[in-house]
Amino acid sequence: MAVTDLTACEIRNAIQERRLSAAEAAEGCLAAMARLDPKIKAFLSTDPDGARRHAAAIDRRLAAGENVGLLAGVPVAVKDNMCTADGQPTTCASRILGGWRAPYDAHVVERLTAEGAVIVGKTNLDEFAMGSSTENSAYGATRNPWDLQRVPGGSSGGSAAAVAARMVPIAVGSDTGGSIRQPAALCGVVGMKPTYGRVSRYGLVAFASSLDQIGPFGRTVADAALVLQATAGHDGRDSTSVDEPVPDYLAGLEEPVRPLRIGMPREFFGTGLDAEVEKVVREALAVYERLGATLIPIELPHSTDYAIATYYIVATSEASSNLARYDGVHYGYRSADHADMIDMYMRSRAQGFGDEVKRRIMLGTYALSSGYYDAYYKKALAVRRLIRRDFEQAFRKVDCIMGPTSPTPAFRLGERTADPLAMYLSDVYTVSCNLAAIAGISVPCGFTAAGLPVGLQIITDVFTEDRLLRIARMYERETDWARRAPRIAEEPA
Amino acid sequence: MALSSKEVLKVGTLSRIRLTPEEVEKFSSQLSGILDYVDKLRELDTQGVEPLAHALPIHNVLRPDEPRPGLTPEQALAGAPQADGDFFRVPRVLDEGASA
Repeated sequence: MAVTDLTACEIRNAIQERRLSAAEAAEGCLAAMARLDPKIKAFLSTDPDGARRHAAAIDRRLAAGENVGLLAGVPVAVKDNMCTADGQPTTCASRILGGWRAPYDAHVVERLTAEGAVIVGKTNLDEFAMGSSTENSAYGATRNPWDLQRVPGGSSGGSAAAVAARMVPIAVGSDTGGSIRQPAALCGVVGMKPTYGRVSRYGLVAFASSLDQIGPFGRTVADAALVLQATAGHDGRDSTSVDEPVPDYLAGLEEPVRPLRIGMPREFFGTGLDAEVEKVVREALAVYERLGATLIPIELPHSTDYAIATYYIVATSEASSNLARYDGVHYGYRSADHADMIDMYMRSRAQGFGDEVKRRIMLGTYALSSGYYDAYYKKALAVRRLIRRDFEQAFRKVDCIMGPTSPTPAFRLGERTADPLAMYLSDVYTVSCNLAAIAGISVPCGFTAAGLPVGLQIITDVFTEDRLLRIARMYERETDWARRAPRIAEEPA
Repeated sequence: MALSSKEVLKVGTLSRIRLTPEEVEKFSSQLSGILDYVDKLRELDTQGVEPLAHALPIHNVLRPDEPRPGLTPEQALAGAPQADGDFFRVPRVLDEGASA
């Protein structure tokens, strides 16, 4: 069996038991990347030399009898909005940070490395994590491994595609409005957004500070749990990092949650949902019923259209503040000609930012500006409380909430780029989780007739990732979607 | 909510993003469309509902005011578009003719 067909857990176990070397695992992934990435374009940069060096060091330490960590020798890809000080750039898929070298590692990068993972490259994203298709990257779009004419989703499309194509077993991404869960669904892999504050954002380039969270991609629930285990926990360098104990996510993973009350929001099954996606998701819910779970209709009145409207005010307002630092002064792109300081800001930002980033900065600036602040920003924050209340009320009646992750399967490249609002509606089922700070996971639950993946979204309340993973595992155990690989991953060199 | 070209230019200036006339037109129509959509929040009665800026009850996380290592000057200047010794070189800020 090729190394690239193994899960992260399998690779880790094989390496710890000396049946496989970290060097072999790294070589297997690097070879897959060389073979497949010219077609998929998941990576913005790769570090084969660094990966080989780290893998060799892990093999030496293992030979000396050392414990090298939870992710011993497992190759991992990192979304390019997380700082890596290893020599690879951190660009956020923007020209304004083209070639920029971070002077420190993100907390998550430190944790992955400390647990023995081998970082093989930085993955593509929508510029500054703003998008739902990875088409907003300044460096070109990533392709969906299941159909190269289609998007992998976004903004963490590169990470999702790298895992789906079996170039790496695991990856990390970030999720502000659905940017892990939606690409996971479109690429047929597991993707999870932890509770806000569960994973430190230190070294994650900020988009919307009250919404951003880092999370794992894997082909299996256990792999996602493994990455979460390695990265979760308090970090004093992120003042929004919560000092909540980290359970052992793997220990109880096989234990089903019983009894299990599943809330099915009316709003997640309404207009706009593709008929095939609905059918596949309902079949997944039927599996839960056969396992003894109860499906309970619920209402989340503010969770879809109102949540999108709230999100595109709150997230853009926060972004307008966070992206003010890109001014050509201390780092990043500076325009060549400018009349004075202000002109330097205006030209550097005009030349360095793509259209979607400009749109969102302007929207946020407008929503926060004098005369509009109350009508837009304050109003949106009040609705955010209503969204939070919807979930609080629901979780009194149910243990989890389920529905489709994305209203449609992967759409074609170029299909939604002319209409920003059509693109925004890709996140209609995911944004409410970020606004309410709760955890969500997308697990593969089938395919459309055309062979495109469909994702089931499972949502639980804050700091219940252990239950969320167990609930997801209940379904995964009854099915074998994870075994299916896209044809491109199976093609010989 | 339709944004006029004048308003788009104003927002561009506040955002410190220089816009071409074509961009003003394009963004004016796109932003107006998005603002129309977000206007649906007006349908909701939020009388007496406190704004929620942070969904988790995290407040004023502080640490003792003790110096800790940070970036060295070399690290801080490493990405500078223009450096001059220990300084970041920028266009002059104070000038009789400078814009506000």
